[in-house]
Amino acid sequence: MPERAEAESGSGPTPLSALSTVAGSLLTIASTFIGLTAVTFVIGRVMPVDPVLAIVGDRASQDVYDRVFLELGLDRPLYEQYWRYLMQLFRGDFGTSIMTAQPVLQDLIRFFPATLELATLATLVGVLAGVPLGVVAAVRQGRLTDHLVRIFGLFGYSVPIFWLGMVALLIFYGALGWLPGPGRIEVYYDGIVAPVTGFIVIDAAYAGEWEIVRNALSHLVLPVAILSTYALAYIARMTRSFMLDQLRQEYMLTARVKGLSERAVIWRHAFRNVLVQLITIIGLTYASLLEGSVLTETIFAWPGIGQYITHSLFNSDMNAVLGGTIVVGISFVGINMLSDLLYKMVDPRARA
Amino acid sequence: MKAQSRTLLEVEGLNIRYPTPRGAVEAVRNVSFTLGREKLGIVGESGSGKTQTGRAILRLTETHARVRADKLHFDGIDLLAANEQTMRRIRGRRISMIMQDPKYSLNPVMSVGEQIAEVFRVHSGAPARKARRRAVEMLDSVRIRDPERVYRAYPHEVSGGMGQRIMIAMMMTPNPDIIIADEPTSALDVTVQLQVLALLDDMVSDNGMGLIFISHDLELVASFCDRVVVMYAGQVVEVVDAGALHQARHPYTRGLLNCLPRIGTHGRDLPVLQRRSSWAAGISPRNRHA
Repeated sequence: MPERAEAESGSGPTPLSALSTVAGSLLTIASTFIGLTAVTFVIGRVMPVDPVLAIVGDRASQDVYDRVFLELGLDRPLYEQYWRYLMQLFRGDFGTSIMTAQPVLQDLIRFFPATLELATLATLVGVLAGVPLGVVAAVRQGRLTDHLVRIFGLFGYSVPIFWLGMVALLIFYGALGWLPGPGRIEVYYDGIVAPVTGFIVIDAAYAGEWEIVRNALSHLVLPVAILSTYALAYIARMTRSFMLDQLRQEYMLTARVKGLSERAVIWRHAFRNVLVQLITIIGLTYASLLEGSVLTETIFAWPGIGQYITHSLFNSDMNAVLGGTIVVGISFVGINMLSDLLYKMVDPRARA
Repeated sequence: MKAQSRTLLEVEGLNIRYPTPRGAVEAVRNVSFTLGREKLGIVGESGSGKTQTGRAILRLTETHARVRADKLHFDGIDLLAANEQTMRRIRGRRISMIMQDPKYSLNPVMSVGEQIAEVFRVHSGAPARKARRRAVEMLDSVRIRDPERVYRAYPHEVSGGMGQRIMIAMMMTPNPDIIIADEPTSALDVTVQLQVLALLDDMVSDNGMGLIFISHDLELVASFCDRVVVMYAGQVVEVVDAGALHQARHPYTRGLLNCLPRIGTHGRDLPVLQRRSSWAAGISPRNRHA
């Protein structure tokens, strides 16, 4: 009887390891959350802005000033203030914004969908166009297609977004009039559909207001195009270099020896390896777009989270700044965890 | 189905050159040999062109390589003139190749079973279930215990010896006429080497395949193959019957044999391998050390 090779000890995911993975990520979330709030809170308090003054104005009497000072609990030590803020957060109370005179939470619910909408669409365009472009460029390395993709990549990555946005507005809105100008929607449509999800397109479609759907969509075209230029360029560049790496690997020779078509060799064998690395890149791109692109949101008068935080900061509206920062932080952590999860699905080596 | 002719593969005057900015590198020069349903060894030191020769048969040299030959025929098919579609039908199904290190030659993100089943599906268009069953059978035929489990395993979960068995299973799946084994045991440790060699030997003999065994290990090739092609600097310097290897006449072959240490003759300094440029006559100087 010829000797037989024994399989290495199995390494399937056990229920216990899955549990510890979940526990581990919960711990990560908790510690990130504590760290994030602590840092933003401390920065908010040590900054040379007077939160009392921001509320009462500079013509208030000393009496009023002192009362507000005590109401805000500013006489307490910093750690106690932080603890009280944390407890508030757990009750879902982000405080009140001075600027809008609304609970910060309500503001966030109003502003964040605008950013989410832009970021998601821009990432989607970036992935759907950038990945194939990168792959094609790598496969045709050194040829015309490759050069074009690389030039576009360099352009998209290095051209200032505010310049691109203004030029695009100038041409497509100002000169040609093909697309609408700034804002999420034309003013006369404002407030017609009740916000359900906060995404105007979805809300309007839900209400059956197709005119408004069309209008909102046309408002999306320019800002999404501008934001996705960056995402697309970055994703295409990274895809290209990951792909070039994989094309050199020996398993590619194996795949060809097996008699597979070139398409199967590239997309089934090489691309699955590229995807492993791409997940991180796409996640990071999406997360950075979710922070709210202040420049794009400013140019297009897009009421998103980037604009909200910036305006709050200029008005020393610290509750709003803190709330906005927390939302951005949470989406960052969330996306990272999601890409970790996807990573484990795609790469068997990461499952151990 | 198999060709009835004695000769499966005819290689005549094979030349492979790589144009570089500083002039062409001649990786293979005027190499000729034939292969029947036998075990042919190709030996030579690193850079002697043995791997390039193997890849040229499958037309899988680097894209910038210039491959020419007076004749490169497989079973009546002119491999250099064949279109890509014909080549794809030959690759894997009729000529297969086993590479050196399964750590690199298996796709890290695909399960072992999927990679084996893929060959079967590509060449016979079999449904997934049938391909799966056949892949498990193949794993069993390369003497892997618990083939069902290995089918689901990923390359990083198996050892080198197991990886090479998987590679052999994969390349044997469509029952090809010729197997090119490019240093199939060099990355394995010695005890596993012998097991893998025995396996390869059995599979080739049982199925009446032609084997091209590429190695730098002269003794191994001599004990394993029927005939040996000795290559030096991109050229064939000698073709000898494996049994008569020790009567080989060419000074390069003799040199290779002489620098092997022998158990029981300690105290003898091993001679340094002589390399004469005249053996590679007509080759431009920069290739001699290539």
